[in-house]
Amino acid sequence: MAKGVWIVAEQRDGALRKVSFELASTARKLADQLGDEVAAVLCGAGVEAMAAELGKYGVDKVYVADDPALEPYTTDAHAAAVAKVVKENEPAILLLAASAQGKDLAPSVVGKLATGMATDCTEVKIDGGKLVAVRPMYAGKCFGEIVVDTFPQMASLRPNVFTIVECAKAGEVVKFDAGLDAGALKTKVAEIQKEAAGKIDVSEANIIVSGGRGMKGPEGYGILEELAALLGAAVGASRAAVDAGWRPQSDQVGQTGKVVSPNLYIACGISGAIQHLAGMSSSKYIAAINKDPEAPIFARADYGVVDDLFKVVPALTQEVKKLLA
Amino acid sequence: MNIVACVKQVPDTEAQIKVKGDGSGIEEGGIKWVMNPYDEFGVEEALKLKEKLGGDVTIVSVGPARAMETVRTALAMGAEKGILIDDPALYNADAYATAEALAAAIKGIPYDIIFCGQRAIDDDSAQVGAILAELLGIPQVTFVTKLEIDGTAVKATRPIEGASVVVATSRPCVITATKGLNEPRYASLPGIMKAKKKPVDMKKAADLGVSGAAKAKVVKFAPPPARPPGKIICADDTPEGKAAELAKLLREEAKVI
Ligand SMILES: Cc1cc2nc3c(=O)[nH]c(=O)nc-3n(C[C@H](O)[C@H](O)[C@H](O)COP(=O)(O)OP(=O)(O)OC[C@H]3O[C@@H](n4cnc5c(N)ncnc54)[C@H](O)[C@@H]3O)c2cc1C
Ligand SMILES: Nc1ncnc2c1ncn2[C@@H]1O[C@H](COP(=O)(O)O)[C@@H](O)[C@H]1O
Repeated sequence: MAKGVWIVAEQRDGALRKVSFELASTARKLADQLGDEVAAVLCGAGVEAMAAELGKYGVDKVYVADDPALEPYTTDAHAAAVAKVVKENEPAILLLAASAQGKDLAPSVVGKLATGMATDCTEVKIDGGKLVAVRPMYAGKCFGEIVVDTFPQMASLRPNVFTIVECAKAGEVVKFDAGLDAGALKTKVAEIQKEAAGKIDVSEANIIVSGGRGMKGPEGYGILEELAALLGAAVGASRAAVDAGWRPQSDQVGQTGKVVSPNLYIACGISGAIQHLAGMSSSKYIAAINKDPEAPIFARADYGVVDDLFKVVPALTQEVKKLLA
Repeated sequence: MNIVACVKQVPDTEAQIKVKGDGSGIEEGGIKWVMNPYDEFGVEEALKLKEKLGGDVTIVSVGPARAMETVRTALAMGAEKGILIDDPALYNADAYATAEALAAAIKGIPYDIIFCGQRAIDDDSAQVGAILAELLGIPQVTFVTKLEIDGTAVKATRPIEGASVVVATSRPCVITATKGLNEPRYASLPGIMKAKKKPVDMKKAADLGVSGAAKAKVVKFAPPPARPPGKIICADDTPEGKAAELAKLLREEAKVI
């Protein structure tokens, strides 16, 4: 019988990603309901030392594959390693991150294990001993409850949505051989082009200050950058701003950009088109600054300011400075 | 080059989605159906490759009769032929079952490279391309924003958080397309006329030896949870006053700054 709630932990550049702790905490909660254990799969080179940290968030056992062929991440090496250890141990549930890496890895693992998966879930629970995953569909215009009939029951979790809870467990290391033949791997990383150091990616930010066509041009974003720097926030953009060449593609939020779930999303000069809402409506709080009182963004915003953003944003920056002083 | 592009017909991005009273699905009446926007990037890249290297483009789709319109749209953009897999057994297919049907159809034709969209904007599952690659036993690169082909060597760029990764692999492979890869062309009027005469092969699940049975089932659909109505900040009606009030609410009420 399939047993155990497993996660695939994600690490990059020698550190676990925050989403790994979200996965661990969520797995712990599910496992406690099932009276089961939590195990993590951790793949890379020289990653064993990270196992203890997973223990802090409720992981009983960490299956570690240490192999130079697992660094840097490639789909075929990681999917093969994860599929191998999962087949050997037959967990009931397998959770991954719906991060850039997890979204790439998860469906490959699905293919190798011939099972089913719910992608980018915002809630997971146990009902009748089975995993029930809740996820936005049709760009968040409706929600689906998914049950997977095969094992492992897989789900990928939207980053920033699940709460991190400390809960010390052993985090015992179990080494496994990923069984990789480096020569037989079909993909390799030719190059990694890093963006400017210190830039926070919108998909990982707690706060996003986002600007649209109302910013009038690339220079307009200066006031957003200033506010963002103060808040430790990322700067996002609407498609209109990206297509105009004002901001890079990687900043675009929406249906054909990134789906984000920050604690706070501040939309400046963004009308709130349905395709933009598709990317940010699961934010915990939404504030909007727009001079048009009829702009659809106000129907979704928790806080709305109807005024000229070029006056409101700098004033807001001053106020935040005072509050943080 | 034998190029394959998988396309799915989905509701237009503007479509209002209404959940059926019993939560069993969505109301399809009144929906305008279009090609999945990410598949447009895949089809465009397929056509650009063909124009550069020669060969032809085959469009493959799993869907009901209405999906023929989307296959024809891709043919009108410039693809040579299509395969439409239309079988009620597949109407509730999940990503795995869909990929099985696509894999079975594609195994029957020559292929050097296969394009999919990064995700379909109805189920938003972002799985089919990767599973398809696994079932065919070929490499894949997902979320691709730049593609270079040199002989059998393939170089594909994919953005991750804070960086871009250039992946080197070889064809045959599956590429899943995302925004940034290209600007999809529109079908021209002569293209639309020509598309009517291009061949589309109709397939059933039995022809392909697949069952269509889903492993991941949507047991219930529900409308999104209602959001409490927001506050419009009036304060003393000056931009400064409104900004001060907003900062205060974010700090004291929402506790997010
Ligand atoms: C298939 C498809 C996919 C799409 N995907 C996306 C996507 O991923 N992301 C996305 O964002 N869009 C997407 N769109 C585009 C979307 O439909 C809108 O066109 C776009 O979001 C509009 O961007 P905007 O709000 O910046 O511009 P606009 O709609 O032009 O709005 C600008 C706003 O700025 C306000 N404004 C102007 N000046 C000021 C000022 N001085 N002070 C305050 N307010 C001011 C105006 O009142 C207006 O509300 C997609 C469209 C399609 C068809
Ligand atoms: N029914 C289908 N017919 C053809 N291609 C599909 C179908 N479903 C998914 N795909 C392809 O797989 C991609 C990802 O879809 P999904 O995994 O459903 O989000 C889509 O962009 C299509 O290219």
